Amino acid sequence: MAERGVPARLQLRGITKQFPGCLANDHIDLTLGPGEIHALLGENGAGKSTLVKIIYGILRADGGDIKWDGQPVSIASPSQARRLGIAMVFQHFSLFESMTVAENVALGLDHGAGLDALSARVGEVGRRYGLALAPEKVVHDLSVGERQRVEIVRCLMQEPRLLIMDEPTSVLTPGEAEALFITLRQLADEGCTILYISHKLQEIRALCDRATVLRAGRVVATCDPRQETARDLARLMIGEDFSQASKTAGGPCGAARLQVRGLNMAAAAIHGTAITGIEFEVAAGEILGIAGVAGNGQNTLLAALSGEQLCPNAGDIRIDDQDAGDLGPRRRRRLGLAFVPEERLGHGAVPEMSLTDNALLTGYERQDLLSRGSIMFPRTRDYAQRIVKSFQVVTGSIGSHAGSLSGGNLQKFIIGRELLQQPKVLVVAHPTWGVDAGAAAAIHTALLDLARQGAAILVVSQDLDELLQISDRFAVLSEGRLSECMVTAAADIGRIGLLMGGQATGHGRENGGERRAAQT
Amino acid sequence: MEILAAVLISVIGAATPLLFAAVGELVVEKSGVLNLGVEGMMVLGAVGAFAVTLTTGSATLGILAGAAAGAAMALVFALLTLTLLANQVASGLALTIFGIGASALLGRSFVGMPVTRLPQLDLPGLGDLAIIGPLLFGHDVLVYLSILSIPLTIWFLERSRAGLVLRAIGESHQAAHALGHPVILVRYLALLFGGAMAGLGGAYLSLAYTPMWAENMTAGRGWIALALVVFATWRPGRLLSGAYLFGGITVAQLHVQGFGFAIPSQFLSMLPYVATIAVLVAISADGTRARLNAPASLGRIFHPEA
Repeated sequence: MAERGVPARLQLRGITKQFPGCLANDHIDLTLGPGEIHALLGENGAGKSTLVKIIYGILRADGGDIKWDGQPVSIASPSQARRLGIAMVFQHFSLFESMTVAENVALGLDHGAGLDALSARVGEVGRRYGLALAPEKVVHDLSVGERQRVEIVRCLMQEPRLLIMDEPTSVLTPGEAEALFITLRQLADEGCTILYISHKLQEIRALCDRATVLRAGRVVATCDPRQETARDLARLMIGEDFSQASKTAGGPCGAARLQVRGLNMAAAAIHGTAITGIEFEVAAGEILGIAGVAGNGQNTLLAALSGEQLCPNAGDIRIDDQDAGDLGPRRRRRLGLAFVPEERLGHGAVPEMSLTDNALLTGYERQDLLSRGSIMFPRTRDYAQRIVKSFQVVTGSIGSHAGSLSGGNLQKFIIGRELLQQPKVLVVAHPTWGVDAGAAAAIHTALLDLARQGAAILVVSQDLDELLQISDRFAVLSEGRLSECMVTAAADIGRIGLLMGGQATGHGRENGGERRAAQT
Repeated sequence: MEILAAVLISVIGAATPLLFAAVGELVVEKSGVLNLGVEGMMVLGAVGAFAVTLTTGSATLGILAGAAAGAAMALVFALLTLTLLANQVASGLALTIFGIGASALLGRSFVGMPVTRLPQLDLPGLGDLAIIGPLLFGHDVLVYLSILSIPLTIWFLERSRAGLVLRAIGESHQAAHALGHPVILVRYLALLFGGAMAGLGGAYLSLAYTPMWAENMTAGRGWIALALVVFATWRPGRLLSGAYLFGGITVAQLHVQGFGFAIPSQFLSMLPYVATIAVLVAISADGTRARLNAPASLGRIFHPEA
């Protein structure tokens, strides 16, 4: 889409950034034309975030130069970046929860305008790009999708000429993501350049005109993602061919290890969904997948399975033929259950604690890390070390805070912590959410290995590809009800799409486009 | 009626130092910093104001010195917590202990010496009106300044862009930093303002409320000011009523004793603190409201490179 004869909107040459102990960016060249949607691809820690922070003026590069519309510039601060016409939507929302939409927008602009005038413009921009927002609403009351709209509108208010989006769809439902793409395409048609960072290869292939692939701080390829397969892109990112885990032909499964019988639960959180009449069994050596768009009762089901919410009847959940419905998380762990929650920070791990401490938190019993109530640190450290080693967790040391790890690495650590405990039943929520392809393959392999050893595994995921790849059977959770279980090998994709999409019309943003999730 | 007027006037006296210190702390907390050193800044302000007034004979210089002493203490706190990233709670407690000790040392030679009370601003005629005359008029400049600080603070926090930025920084320093707002600078300024206000509160004590210097003369008012900020759920408007309520309780305690009720005086001196706790519990009962208004980054250390 880049026009000839027009200087590139942004041209980076030889950008280098050194952090203590790691060269985050090593002579990176990147050229973005006007109206282009350009993907920036790379594994966790490949240097994508560092690069965009340099472009947005949050970090200074140690070397290299930047040209904007053909003119050399140095971007010293975000406000200078904004003056040039660069806007950024952050991976973790940079919104202020207790403030109104209009105030949040005002904080992203460099010159204070009256809030009333601003509110009017928020409405105007929103209408133009299909991003409806109520300016006087407090952000706290908004849904995740609405919050992202606030971020985007805040950027659009500056009439940006380059919009940077850092993994924007990781928090969106497929419907919301589809709506976002329409907005982005409209923006690109109006001449705005978009730099789009994502792990999701399918998404990049659907949206982007060009892609730059980073690996270990260097540009390893620039290509047209529409001409490449997802597998080729993944190979470029990782640098080697990776063995994609897939299940071996499912032999006959053992006895049922996890049984759920007619489980009804009220929603745990205020905006949660109640679940009704949930029934399924997971046998030894089997992986059961539960698909569905987030917000259809997954959180309630997971809380019931982990023991955070006790079930109405003891017999609702049975682990290895013992009633477990009325047991709390600790006693269920004693029965052999391990649990990997959706939220890594604050639920799966304590961000301010070291990896060693986090290893102790779930592993103390099954790994025998206590001696008459006191912690045996050598054993605990050894356990943490084993997790880091067997799951190739990239971290400074086992003394590092869990919060300092990248999302993918922390996920590897948490899954490793549970797997090394040799659970009999494993419940995993969104195992590879926000995790790059290499790490995802490693996690999948580990899950399949565990199943082969005779554990029963339940995987709750939004990622249909993932479930089709690793599960033996799966079911769809929709509005708190579970469909009948289907054998994956014989599953009819169209039917799954219908089951998942049954409630999609309820979101009101369905645009008639095909669900990409179903196009594998 | 005369008695009522006298009581109300003494309420104003008791409320003014609380109001100064609490307004300052409210702005500080809105920027996301928890400075528990209010008591220390106040007491140093008191001794500073007294010393300068006594030696120069100028109350104006004294007031300025009180504010400067409070701000200087706040600067130490800012240096420790914002630049050197020390823990805010520990640093704040240290600041209080340091302030009480340092003021006692500096003030040793001033104990028992008198200064002239801060002059009252007399508007001819108005002060003679019955009851509301002495109630509304004829106070010293600091009383009016403390009351004036409320609408000014409301305007600053709710209406000005700088106030919006300050609240944003208190809400999420990471997000504010990512948007390019100067987190550290704004917090330094907020702390200096808070210190100066606490110093003014101290100056009022030693120049107007009881025009003398006595060791540890703030007697826990800094702590009440801290509680007031929570009491007001970080809203300056409620701070005004809160300060006068607490001031009223302090005064009531004296008058109840004066009327000869057979309650041990120790119980009565506990009243303001008991009231503080009661109010804090009552407010926390409606948790979501308090939380929504409380600065989310309060007390958290900001590492710029993260």
